[in-house]
Amino acid sequence: MSRTDRSTGRPPAISWTDLSVRLGGTEVVRDLTLDVPAGTWMSLIGPNGAGKTTLVRTLSGALHHRGSIEVDARDVHGLSVRERAQALAVVPQHPVIPPGMRVFDYVVLGRAAHQGVRCSPSMLDRRRTVAVLQRLELESFGDRRVDTLSGGERQRVVLARAIVQDTPLLVLDEPTAALDVGHQLDVLELVADLRTERELTVVTTVHDLSVAGQFADVVAVMADGRLVASGAPADVLTPETIGAHWGVEASTDVDHDGAVTVTVRRRRESRAPSPTPITEQQP
Amino acid sequence: MSTATDGPDIVPGPSVALTVGSVGVDDDVVDVPDATRLTMGWLAAAIGAIFVAVVVGISVGPISVPFHRSVLELLDHLPLVDVDSGLTSTEQAIVWDIRTPRVVLGLLVGGLLAGSGAGYQGVFRNPLADPYLLGIAAGAGLGATLAIVSGMGDGLGILDPIPVAAFAGALVAVSAAAALSLRRNGTTSPATLILAGVAVAAFFTALQTYVQQKNADTLRQVYAWILGRLSTSGWDEVLVVLPYAIVCGGVLVFMVGALDVLAVGDEEAESLGIRPRRIRAIVLVAASLATAAAVAVSGLIGFVGLIIPHGVRLLAGVSNRRVIPLSFLFGAAFLALADVAARTIQSPAELPIGVVTAFIGAPFFLAILRSQSVT
Repeated sequence: MSRTDRSTGRPPAISWTDLSVRLGGTEVVRDLTLDVPAGTWMSLIGPNGAGKTTLVRTLSGALHHRGSIEVDARDVHGLSVRERAQALAVVPQHPVIPPGMRVFDYVVLGRAAHQGVRCSPSMLDRRRTVAVLQRLELESFGDRRVDTLSGGERQRVVLARAIVQDTPLLVLDEPTAALDVGHQLDVLELVADLRTERELTVVTTVHDLSVAGQFADVVAVMADGRLVASGAPADVLTPETIGAHWGVEASTDVDHDGAVTVTVRRRRESRAPSPTPITEQQP
Repeated sequence: MSTATDGPDIVPGPSVALTVGSVGVDDDVVDVPDATRLTMGWLAAAIGAIFVAVVVGISVGPISVPFHRSVLELLDHLPLVDVDSGLTSTEQAIVWDIRTPRVVLGLLVGGLLAGSGAGYQGVFRNPLADPYLLGIAAGAGLGATLAIVSGMGDGLGILDPIPVAAFAGALVAVSAAAALSLRRNGTTSPATLILAGVAVAAFFTALQTYVQQKNADTLRQVYAWILGRLSTSGWDEVLVVLPYAIVCGGVLVFMVGALDVLAVGDEEAESLGIRPRRIRAIVLVAASLATAAAVAVSGLIGFVGLIIPHGVRLLAGVSNRRVIPLSFLFGAAFLALADVAARTIQSPAELPIGVVTAFIGAPFFLAILRSQSVT
């Protein structure tokens, strides 16, 4: 079933084929077929309720669905929980932070899938954790409690746990939703560097179209549960597509390297000066 | 292959994790000590507390026996040890046949309640969880009440019907809570399980109260059982509880690492490679059996399963690698000492031990809580 990428000769990191998911009687994902080529950064974008997070959650194998889901050419249902945790790491949108747990102890949990049934970290697990904490410039945080960190620090700590998991595929669900623009860029540049160093495949859901346009190799647009467009950012992130699916007027700048910056204008009935602007109402 | 890995020290491939220089890594491990491991210091403190409890427990009573002589007497009972304690044969009998079994039972019951409480709190990720959460207390109470009002006697050792009925009632209640919380696909959520436990506890308590009121002549005996006590007839009770302590304690201590992973919630724990439902089931079965065994021989001793794990957590950190083993040990020492107070404060009468655990435990716990929240 898996479709080998002609340019790299590797199977796709993820293949969703004819996928449909129903949640509470509503079809949230409909007949979606999408490959994430190995080694790429794919951003899943789309308006609220488009099914992005649900699509990402299908990778856990816990959602009932029709169609097939393959990770690295293996059906997710054929994988044990442990094998799945060795194949993909997830940075959840709202991670559960256990009260009182220290940063080091939290990050080392990422090694659970590499340990025996007792989940007891070995010296190797601890060394790898220290190495990742250093790489993410968190080594001085080891003794801090995770629940006392700022949003940006906490996001890096959760990312560190996913990196320690040592998987070829990294899935980030809205990694920057709670961060200011400076910390957003810090986290995303870090993911970009780690991806290069470790040859990761990265899948992110994002709301910020400029983030998608500047960091992703491939942008996939979902609307109403369907895949409506996918391809290079410059091909997909056009004012027409954005207008059609988000209902906003946008302009885009495409850099020489194909990165896209999206500017969204305030929505008005008419750009002509209105005689009574105060009573103007949004549709 | 990626084209951007042009640095000479970058190792490609996801199977190689260390992309920072691995030379310095060995030294830096020292900088992040493993704070979740059970240290020798804590272990020594806990065993010291147990030693104190044992020595006080076997020495204090209506007939006072010198500390060192009672320790010698205990040593004499160890295999391959032969020492003369210098005690009369009556004193020897008091130490070995009356006080020692009672101290050991206190250790076992306290350890099981506190260890199970720590397990329940870990599984439900809820600081208010205690071993009686899923209806065990109400079930055991109903079982014991039925046995008492039906006139089945006391003091038959292992075959005494009251602990047997209490044990059975406890297991019926917790099994009912688990069964009622199951969805059609055989799974449950922690919240549903807790609510099912509340419902089962209310139902069993209602039955127990009804039976108790219908049989006013045994009211005092039922009430005494519910308040809890550590009365022993020789070593029988100890032998009843010991297998549960070993097996359930062993299982709980084995699961501490998985419980730490479970602290991030089911969905994330599964994405990290463990199976939350299976771990929860194993821990709950072990903790419930342990609690049922403890309750069967001692009645309902409150507070130990709640304050000991929290005290340990506040002092030694939140990792279950420490919390569960230290809860067993400190819970054991605490209850054995509480029992000394229960049987000496109003000697020759005995205070219900549940009164003592709350009376000593609450201020002690508040003191720890306050000292920790200041820092």
